[in-house]
Amino acid sequence: MMDTAVAPAAPDATVDWRRVLRVGLLGGAVALYVCLVGMVEVFQTRALVTGVITLGQTTMVLAGVAAAYLTLRGRAMDRRSAALAGAVAGAVAGAFPAVLVVLAEVVNLRAMFLHASPGTTAVLTVGLGVAGAWVPILALAVVGAVTGLLLTAPAAIQRPATAALTALLLTGLFAGLLRPPLLASSVTAGIGRLLFASDGLTIVGAVTVVIAVIGGRIAMRRASLRSRVAALPPARRRVLTPSAVVALILFVVWLPHGVGPFFAQVVAVVALYILMGFGLNITLGLAGLLDLGFVAFFAVGAYTVGLLTSTAEYGIALWPFWAAVPFAVLVAMAFGAFFGLPILGIRGDYLAIATLGFGEIIRILAGSDLLKGLLGGPRGIINIPRPLEVPPDHLLAGPIQIYYIGLVFALVVAFVAIRLRDSRLGRAWLAIREDEDVAEALGVNLVQTKLLAYMLGAAFAGLGGAVFAGLLGSIFASSFPLFVSINVAALIIVGGMGSIPGVVVGAIFLIGVPELFREFSEYRFLFYGVALIAMMLYRPEGLLPSRIVQRELHVPDADATAEGNGDGDGQDQPSRLAPDAAG
Amino acid sequence: MPLLEAQHVTKRFGGLSAVRGLDFTIDQGSIVSVIGPNGAGKTTFFNCVAGFYHPEEGQILFDGVPIHRLRRDQIAHLGIARTYQNIRLFAKMTAIENILVGQHFRLHGTWVGAILNTASVKAEEVTSHDEARRLLRFVGLAGQGDVMADKLPYGDQRRLEIARALATQPKLLLLDEPTAGMNPAETARMTAFIRSLRDDLGTTILLIEHQMRVVMGISERIAVLDYGEKIAEGTAREIQTNPRVIEAYLGSGGAADVPGQEKGQVDVQPETGS
Repeated sequence: MMDTAVAPAAPDATVDWRRVLRVGLLGGAVALYVCLVGMVEVFQTRALVTGVITLGQTTMVLAGVAAAYLTLRGRAMDRRSAALAGAVAGAVAGAFPAVLVVLAEVVNLRAMFLHASPGTTAVLTVGLGVAGAWVPILALAVVGAVTGLLLTAPAAIQRPATAALTALLLTGLFAGLLRPPLLASSVTAGIGRLLFASDGLTIVGAVTVVIAVIGGRIAMRRASLRSRVAALPPARRRVLTPSAVVALILFVVWLPHGVGPFFAQVVAVVALYILMGFGLNITLGLAGLLDLGFVAFFAVGAYTVGLLTSTAEYGIALWPFWAAVPFAVLVAMAFGAFFGLPILGIRGDYLAIATLGFGEIIRILAGSDLLKGLLGGPRGIINIPRPLEVPPDHLLAGPIQIYYIGLVFALVVAFVAIRLRDSRLGRAWLAIREDEDVAEALGVNLVQTKLLAYMLGAAFAGLGGAVFAGLLGSIFASSFPLFVSINVAALIIVGGMGSIPGVVVGAIFLIGVPELFREFSEYRFLFYGVALIAMMLYRPEGLLPSRIVQRELHVPDADATAEGNGDGDGQDQPSRLAPDAAG
Repeated sequence: MPLLEAQHVTKRFGGLSAVRGLDFTIDQGSIVSVIGPNGAGKTTFFNCVAGFYHPEEGQILFDGVPIHRLRRDQIAHLGIARTYQNIRLFAKMTAIENILVGQHFRLHGTWVGAILNTASVKAEEVTSHDEARRLLRFVGLAGQGDVMADKLPYGDQRRLEIARALATQPKLLLLDEPTAGMNPAETARMTAFIRSLRDDLGTTILLIEHQMRVVMGISERIAVLDYGEKIAEGTAREIQTNPRVIEAYLGSGGAADVPGQEKGQVDVQPETGS
């Protein structure tokens, strides 16, 4: 299933049954895994469309869709064979959970698999118990057949249907995010209640979404908005772009107020990660130094602010927050120099391991008895003042001010990163990332240049830590786990190495989205793993790659992503030849 | 005083002496070649000069300064630049960016200056880009500046690598098999280009080559290495008739042949290892 699909020849009625079986079995294995780790059972608590389909059932449906899609991808078939092949692949996949239902009834699997439970069985059989073991087979066969029909349908049907289903899935998933802003205003509260239940879309909401998407597409086609924008005289287009920018800015400013207090905290954390992502982007994205100890400098920044501003036991200076921030940045930078000097001669993976060690050393030191008198050990530093002291009902209360502060700092860091990238120093960093031996032979001082990248990354991590201290108001050694470093590195890789917008997208995708599914947080790292593997397979240069990376990683297999869109455009692309640069 | 003077240089890898007691001089403004069979120690000697290896014995003086203990970047600052047998461009940077990296150490903008985009940084960027464009034109790559280095045709990559080395404004340019993998027409163009480097820019050139046609055509002096030792040195004519050279290339039985002709075909595959 990983091989890029062969461009189809003429439609062919014969079905490759071995492929159908193979993909079906794979889909079944995935479905079984999803059941056994409990995702089906746990996701049951949330609805996609209230009273119609739950998230738990959705995972099974998606397994069927995936099995059928992967079976049929890149194959040209007539409609009947496609439906048949999809149905068989779905049925094979469905057989696995069916067997699970029977097995769970006969043998007590719960000793090993906690989630091979009556709850899972109930979801899989829509409450029929073991007598309904045939339900997943039939359900996934139907799903597979529909997928097959959809894949062979003419574009006029396929595209709106796919768009509507995707929109349904997304609005259902993010109902919890979309509902509060609607309820906040008395004007829209009625609409909010009509479209969204407390745990998902209402039926009315689902129908509205489908109609809106399909209607929207038809309206778009009528107006063919894009071509009309392109046809506008340049002067008018110049007006459009700034208005789009203004709209975006207004949206960003409005966001924390609109989404309710819980999500305000989430967007504040996302803003913080964007800030740190920009910092690590210099070290990792530009200079290519895989620093997995980023959290060390984050902690240094946070503790510096804590010590300097805390009004409680361990506070030493009672400075205001804003006086402590630049100091925190400088201290983090100094720590960067101190750590960087001995280890920057190490290359690649070894550097990752060494920095990983530093991250842990700082965390353990901060929580140790040795520094207890200074840093409070496990009890941490409390009573750190907010950056802006405002009454609790003020517009800038709580996490909202952290969101704005984080974003403003992120803008500053992005500006610095862009200026540096386009400078003599940025070119030296890129050169080191590409081939440090050659860079040195051209006169680039490796120690100096790498150290600067490392120190600037550390400084921005310290800035993030300072804001973090202001967000929480108290800090503990346990606030600085390894996962902070891994999160920041992962969001850069997912977003696109060296790409500034990529960091924003990566932070939203890896930090923001999982927060919306907090009740399923035990599956967060499963989600990370799947996301990272999928990225490496299908978009190794990241979601929003920088100009440079995009140009080179994709040329030999330009059809990979076009294929992934599933709209069959892939085959029409002219095959671009990779220049033969082999020596 | 010669520009480069190697005195009794020895480089060992474990028990193997890749270069043994080598004495070698290069005069200002000359083109000197080092030839020899595969594994003779040519590239090892090259790497000693460029600071990639540090010799165990002997010393290397450049402009009278001992360089055999210096780091690569320090050697580059003194005025030695090199190219590589297997092209080592910064593949994911554009052609012009590659050249700009070559100028790096001669520019003075600091990181604070870059963030503030000060007038001096701006002016420096303008002049450095002008010079990079001039170098692109000089090596015949005008208009290719914004192409990713690894998307350039093979011959252009060789030229870009030379342009990048020239951007450091070297006194001595080390070329490691600049015509490897080229067809006769490309080779002829590259040969003419190398000669123009010396004639137009006054750069002293040390050349490693396998293709005898290239070496014989442009070198004022040729040194022949075999098993890490210099077995002959002189003009092209002297080398071609030197019995030890013929023996090294063809074995003791083939003394009738001259290395400039048939052997050029046999030895074109790149040297591996040392």
